[in-house]
Amino acid sequence: MSLHSRCHRLCVQALNRPSICFNPSRAPTRVPLVRKQCRGVASTPNAEKVLFPGALNSEFTDTLEFLRPSSKKAIPTYRVVDQYGDVINKDIGVDTEDSEALELYKNMICLSIMDLLMFEAQRQGRLSFYMVSAGEEGISIGSASVLHPTDVVFCQYRESGVYMQRGFTLDDFMNQLFANSKDCGLGRNMPVHYGSKELNIHTISSTLATQIPHAAGAAYALKLQNSQNPEVEPRIAVCYFGEGAASEGDFHAALNIASTRQVPAIFICRNNGYAISTPTSDQYRGDGIASRGAGYGIATLRVDGNDIFAVRRATQEARRLALENGGQPVLIEMMAYRVGHHSTSDDSFAYRQKIEVEDWKRRDNPITRLRKWLEGRGLWDENQEKELRSQKRKEILAAFDRAEKEKKPAIKHAFKDVWEEVTEEQRGHVEELMDILRRYPKEYDVDQYEGGAGSLGELLEKK
Amino acid sequence: MAVKAPSIRSLSRYLLRPHVSVHPQCRFRVQSKRSSSAAAEARLNGTVEYDSTSILHHTSRTALQNPELPEDVRRGQTKRINLYTAVNEALRHALQTDERVLVFGEDIQFGGVFRCTMNLATDFGTERVFNTPLSEQGLVGFAIGAASEGMRPVAEVQFADYVFPAFDQIVNEAAKYRYRSGNTGVHCGGLVIRMPSGVVGHGALYHSQSPEALFTHTPGLHVVIPRSPTQAKGLLLSAIRSSDPVIFMEPKVLYRAAVEQVPVSPFYLPLDKAEVLKPGKDLTIISYGTPLYTCSAAIAAAEKDFGCSVELIDLRTVYPWDRETVLNSVKKTGRAVVVHESMMNAGVGAEVAATIQEKAFLRLEAPVKRVTGWATHTGLVYEKFIIPDVTRVYDAIKQTLDY
Repeated sequence: MSLHSRCHRLCVQALNRPSICFNPSRAPTRVPLVRKQCRGVASTPNAEKVLFPGALNSEFTDTLEFLRPSSKKAIPTYRVVDQYGDVINKDIGVDTEDSEALELYKNMICLSIMDLLMFEAQRQGRLSFYMVSAGEEGISIGSASVLHPTDVVFCQYRESGVYMQRGFTLDDFMNQLFANSKDCGLGRNMPVHYGSKELNIHTISSTLATQIPHAAGAAYALKLQNSQNPEVEPRIAVCYFGEGAASEGDFHAALNIASTRQVPAIFICRNNGYAISTPTSDQYRGDGIASRGAGYGIATLRVDGNDIFAVRRATQEARRLALENGGQPVLIEMMAYRVGHHSTSDDSFAYRQKIEVEDWKRRDNPITRLRKWLEGRGLWDENQEKELRSQKRKEILAAFDRAEKEKKPAIKHAFKDVWEEVTEEQRGHVEELMDILRRYPKEYDVDQYEGGAGSLGELLEKK
Repeated sequence: MAVKAPSIRSLSRYLLRPHVSVHPQCRFRVQSKRSSSAAAEARLNGTVEYDSTSILHHTSRTALQNPELPEDVRRGQTKRINLYTAVNEALRHALQTDERVLVFGEDIQFGGVFRCTMNLATDFGTERVFNTPLSEQGLVGFAIGAASEGMRPVAEVQFADYVFPAFDQIVNEAAKYRYRSGNTGVHCGGLVIRMPSGVVGHGALYHSQSPEALFTHTPGLHVVIPRSPTQAKGLLLSAIRSSDPVIFMEPKVLYRAAVEQVPVSPFYLPLDKAEVLKPGKDLTIISYGTPLYTCSAAIAAAEKDFGCSVELIDLRTVYPWDRETVLNSVKKTGRAVVVHESMMNAGVGAEVAATIQEKAFLRLEAPVKRVTGWATHTGLVYEKFIIPDVTRVYDAIKQTLDY
């Protein structure tokens, strides 16, 4: 394509959009679009502004001054209630109904009890692995509570609260943790790698940050599906990840492409201070993750993750923004402290003081903060707390027992779903495996799998 | 829009990645030069002639004889086009018939550095045909996400040499998406990742690679390499329609060089079948992509010199590959040679040779020979010594027959 033809097409586009200024010397209102349109404009000798295509809104300066991050104040952290549960701006309040706040509180308690019990179950060897959400219950439950049920969610792994808030039942959790025949992941994934089609949450993969560009692509799909068929309601994609994952190249790639394609997505970073043993001082030297948002041209906010009201209001507003002007990405950095160990395979006291953790538990966490607020309004007391805790404990243990009793999924699921159809090569492998199982029956415990060795035969029947 | 002057962008891209020609004609000239640059006395090397090779359909009649084409296509018209135009036509048809199809990658919008996406952005809009930032992991991850929400993205990686930043996304995400999602039924099967691959005469280290074997070691992917415009069109359309992620590697040296009669109507070629290009009874050569032309020329010389008859098989889909067609052939001929550009160790040839050894052991009259790239990188001026040429394939035929 020649330069001439490109300019011609762009001019036509520019005419169709009166709000966009084709002359870059006048202040444009929508920078990314203008930048796209003005690519071919040549510099003039007496230009007052930079006309380099790479930075159209820059002004010339005769002062040699490096931009130093240290000269900037850190991005403030948005909060609605303080750590004593008192609303800071009484005029605005918390815009959460009492009944809803109670529901959120109950879910947070349920999640924290499930975490304690499952952590213990892993220590007893009844589960192979577990990861708790301690200290971050408010982020997952609070943000999920203001999303639309049809919004598509991509998680990292410390967002069990999102599943719980969206309707993942205790049985769903337990079935996945035990990888039994009722696990919708068919026993293929490690514990905590939940997924649900009904709840529009994609299955978790262990690879860090790979889900971030997925969210950008999914959001673009949602945007197109809505524009191709206006009867489909506008939806957004939401992606969760930790501050450690944000160091991966996928984070950079995702936010950049999300911005250039203007996708309706919210990127929620849980900044909990640690990536396994690595403190944030070894993770980055800028002002957290939020400071990067502007670099990508993305609306960004930093939020107190221990304040569920702030999390909710921020997410709600981000969702509105994400759908504005045909779609745009939003970045929220939710500040928190990882109270628990990284996982059951980690002893975090090898790299941080126990007293530091105890301090955080005592000083501030999302559950006690909401509890203080509820108590302040006379909605909650010690008796209700005791009753709730014992009831949730019972429910979780009952689901745990049910899941533990289930058989493992059928062995055929080891081979299915690699491709849409079972391949010839796979058939050969299935035959060989069946032959081995038949000739060495004492070497394998096939009876704990649904259907025993017989299910493999089903793979050969079809076609 | 006809290409008259090279745009600034393609010029800068040319300077960044020098072997990409700004002008279509330039590249063609370089290629002609390449094929005639063999030693003055050469009898074998330098005889690969795209104008007359039997690999390509030079007449409408032979093009329409293909029994894999449906009846209505065989009664239709053909048009003489090259491989990049065939890719373009496949993309155009997919965009036209399915609004879920998206085409994107680096420099896609102006037509692509190899012209494969010419005019698509103009005709289908930049919502569906668009440039992405220069980030392979980003654009492939983006494609996986879009596919997981029901779209059919065709992502382009500008050169197969640059697919490695996206390797994690392809191997850990695209290939495993359906499996790990279990009975939630979510998958990214609508995904196709196109990439130009193979040597081009002067591509050196980073414009010459054929990394297909890395993907054939990954369950969950289809890896497809077409040999001609007809194959490119039919296989790409099938890849886009397939519900599994497909790695579609286009031999870039053939983009302009391979010109043949291609049915005008859209058609679909199977993704699980090899094709017997030429029947024979003394020896089987198994190959795919560009080396098929080398093999064809070597076979012609060998048959003339040794009075033998050689069968030539195009794998087309290198994974999951068609064992049956290959084994039937080798059981018949008793001798096999596998030819590919990428290096021997753990290459596609290793898998084919091992399978032949395992399943046709009693029929083999000679060891399975592999003619492949040597265990080195493609240094700029050494390409013709590294990649299998007519002489090496000719000699492999000779040695295998004489064994």
